[in-house]
Amino acid sequence: MSAFGLFAQFLQLFLTVLLAPLLLGWVNQCRAWLQNRQGPGIGQPYRKLRKLFQKDAVIAEGASPLFRIVPYILFGAMCLAAAIVPSLATDLGFSEAADAIALVGVFALARIFISLAAMDIGTAFGGMGARREMLVGFLAEPALLMVLFTASLISQSTSLTVIVETLAHRHFGIYPSLAFTGVAFLMVLLAENARIPVDNPASHLELTMIHEAMTLEYSARHLALVEWASSIKLFAYVAMGIALFAPWGIAQAADWLGMAFALPILIAKLLVAGFGLAVIETVMAKQRIFRAPEFMGTAFLFGVLGMLVHFLLGA
Amino acid sequence: MNGMNFEGMVKMACAAPIWTVEAEGASWRKMAQACSDQGGRLVSIWGSEAGKGVSVFAACVFSEGMLILRCSAADGKFESLADIFPCAARMQRAVHDMLGVRCGEEGERPWLSHGLWPPFPLRKSYDPSADFVCEEESYRFVSVEGEGVHEIAVGPVHAGIIEPGHFRFQVVGEKVLRLEERLGYKHKGIEKAFEGLTPREGAKLAARISGDSTVAYSWAYAMALEALCGVTVSTRASLLRGILLERERIANHLADLGALGNDAGFSFGLAQFSVIREDMLRTSKAHFGHRLLMDIIVPGGVSVDIDAKAGEAIFAECAAVREKVLVLREIYADHTGLQDRFLATGKVESGLAARLGLTGLAGRASRNVSDLREDHPYAPYDRLGVSMATHHGGDVAARVSVRFDEILESLRLIRAMLEMMPEGETAGEIPECSGFGAGWVEGFRGEVLVTLEVEKGVIRRAHAHDPSWQNWPVLEFAVIGNIVADFPLINKSFNLSYSGHDL
Repeated sequence: MSAFGLFAQFLQLFLTVLLAPLLLGWVNQCRAWLQNRQGPGIGQPYRKLRKLFQKDAVIAEGASPLFRIVPYILFGAMCLAAAIVPSLATDLGFSEAADAIALVGVFALARIFISLAAMDIGTAFGGMGARREMLVGFLAEPALLMVLFTASLISQSTSLTVIVETLAHRHFGIYPSLAFTGVAFLMVLLAENARIPVDNPASHLELTMIHEAMTLEYSARHLALVEWASSIKLFAYVAMGIALFAPWGIAQAADWLGMAFALPILIAKLLVAGFGLAVIETVMAKQRIFRAPEFMGTAFLFGVLGMLVHFLLGA
Repeated sequence: MNGMNFEGMVKMACAAPIWTVEAEGASWRKMAQACSDQGGRLVSIWGSEAGKGVSVFAACVFSEGMLILRCSAADGKFESLADIFPCAARMQRAVHDMLGVRCGEEGERPWLSHGLWPPFPLRKSYDPSADFVCEEESYRFVSVEGEGVHEIAVGPVHAGIIEPGHFRFQVVGEKVLRLEERLGYKHKGIEKAFEGLTPREGAKLAARISGDSTVAYSWAYAMALEALCGVTVSTRASLLRGILLERERIANHLADLGALGNDAGFSFGLAQFSVIREDMLRTSKAHFGHRLLMDIIVPGGVSVDIDAKAGEAIFAECAAVREKVLVLREIYADHTGLQDRFLATGKVESGLAARLGLTGLAGRASRNVSDLREDHPYAPYDRLGVSMATHHGGDVAARVSVRFDEILESLRLIRAMLEMMPEGETAGEIPECSGFGAGWVEGFRGEVLVTLEVEKGVIRRAHAHDPSWQNWPVLEFAVIGNIVADFPLINKSFNLSYSGHDL
C-alpha cells in the first residue's frame, strides 16, 4: 500500500462522511427550488444532526441491545461502503480488501441489521417497514449485481478501482451496454435510497413509509446516526454512479496533482447529479407499493440487457 | 307535501326549510321510515334534558326540507333508528355517553366516552368534580381471524401533526380486510360549555367547533338563533355571508387538493396549491380582518362590511385563482403517476353510499347527490342558481374532480354575489327571547346543523352536527380491499373532521 494510496483513502473517507449530508441538503434544496419554494438551505441536514446529537435518547420498552447497536453498525457499514467506492482517486488503500460484490454485501448487511432492529421493537410499523424494505431489497440487489457484472466484464475484474480505471481510460464514446446498465443503476439508486417513486423520504404518513417506518422508534444520537448513514449511502451510490458512468477526472495512482483537480471535478459532478435527482423526484409521484417489484424487475431487465449487449457487441 | 304531512308539523321561521314535530311512541320510527322511503336521509340524532326528562331528537331530510322529530325518553330508553339509517348507530351511542338514555342492549360499547370523565355530562345533575372510577379503557375491537391475518394499530398519536384518531386495521399482507375507527380523543365538552352562555357568547364558541369550518358553524348558529328570535337578515348581510362561506370552501378545497398531491408523493402540487390558498387567506385578512374568517358571521348579520375597493379586489382575485386552478387541474389530470394513485382507490359505489348515507362532498363524488345550496336554497343561494358538482366514480379521483368543480363554481358564485350586492345595513339586533331554533348550512364537507334551545336569555342546550358523523363509517368501507399504504390518501380524500365530531 503506497503512501499515496493511504492518503487518498483517508482523504476520501473523511470527505465523504463529512460532505454526505451536504449532498442530501443540495438535493432537498433543488427540490424546493423546483417547486417554487425557498427551501431550508443546503446546510439543513447538519442542523438536524446537531439537534439530534444534543437530545437525550429514548429507547422503547423491551428493546434488546441489538436495537442500540444497530445505528453504529449501520453507520460503520456505510462508512466502509464510502471507503470502497472510488470517488476521488482509484488508488485506494482498501481497494484490495473489497470488490464490487463485497460492496453489495455491505449494503445487504446494513439492510439486514436495520430490519432486525425494526422488528426488535415489536411495533406494527417496524414489522411493516422491514417487510417492505426486504421486498424492495431482494429485488434491487440482483439488479445492482447485474450492473456491476457488466462493468466487470468490460474491465475483466470485479475490483472497483480496476473497473473505474479501465472505464476512465477508455475513449469518450458510448458503450451501448453501459447505457442500459446506466438506466438500471439509476432505478436501483432511487429504490435503495428510499427516494420517489419507490419511497417518499419527506412523508409523515406512517402507513406509507418504507425506510422511515423502520426508524420511527429511534431518537436522538441513534436517529442522527441512522440519518447520517442514509446520507452517506446516497453519497456512495451517487459516487458509484459517477465512477461507473462518468469517471473522467478521477485521480490515478500517485497523481498528487490529479488529486487536487479531482475534488472540484467531483463536486461539480455531484451538483449535477443532485440536481438531476431533484428533477426526477419533482416530476414523479410515488408509486403504489406493489409497483415496486415491477419497477425493480424493469431495473433487473435493463441490467441483463446491458450484459447481453456486451456479449453481442463486445462493447 | 308528498305524503309527508304529519299531525303537529310546525314550520320554523328559519332561512332554511325546517319543520318540527312531536313524535311519541310508534310515530318516531314511522316518520323516520317515511323520510327514508322518500329517499331522505338522517342528518343528526341528539338528546336534551328538559324539565321532565330527556328528550331525543332526530333530524331527517325529506323532499321539502328537514323534519326534526322529538320523542321523550322518560324511562331511559328510546327506539333505535339504526336499521332505517345505518349512520344513526354511532350517534345513538353518543347520546348514551352524554345523557345515559339508550336504545341498544345493556353493555353496548361507548363511542365518545373513553371512561375518563364522570358519566352523562349533559345531564343537569352532572357534577364534573364527582368521584368516579376512571377505568382503563377496554374497548372491544372486532377482530378478524385466519391464516396470516394481523392487526395494525395506528394512532391516536401519529407521525405527522394531525388530529388524533385511532385506526385498527386487520390486514393480510398489505391488503386491508377490515378497518375500525375509534374516535373521541378530541372530546372537549363543547356542548356542555354552551350551557349557560348568552347567545352572543355562544356565537364565539360555535365559531371554534371546527376551525376549518368556522364560517359554516357560525352561520348555522346564527341561523338557529335568528330562527328562534324571528329575525331576518338584510340582503347585503346574507350576500356577504355567502361570500365568506364560499371563500372558506375554496380555501379548504385548495388545501385538500395540495395535500392529496403530497400524499401521493407529488409535493409540487402541495407547494402550488398552498401558494394560492395563502394568497386567499391574506386577502381575507386584509378585507375581513381574519385569515380564516372567524367571528365575522354574527347573529343578526356580519360584523365586517366591505367597501367598493375591497369588493373589486375580491372580484379580481377570483379571476386570478380560476386561471391558476385551471392550469393545476390540467397538470393533475395529465400526470400519469398521480392518476395511477387516484383512480380506483378507495372506491365507494353509489349503492353503498346511498345505503350508508354518505353525505356532502364525498357523497356527491359517489352519485349520492345532495347539496343544500341547490336542493333547498336558503338566502342568498335562492337567487344564485347553484349547480351542484357531482361525479359517478366514487374513488379518490372522483373526490378530487368534485373539489375542482366546486372551486370553480364557488368562484363564479362569489363574483355573482359581488355583482348583485346592494347597499344596506349588515348588522341587526337580536332581541332576548326563548325557544327552539335550528340552522342548516352547506359547509365545505357537507351539511352542518346547529340547534339551539334558549331559555330566559341563556342557552339551555346547543347541539352541533358535523357531516363527518355520516362519513367516518363509510371510510371504513372505502378502504376494504385496498392496500394499507393507500389509506392515508383515501382518508385525505374524505378529509373528515375529528374536532367537529368529538365535540
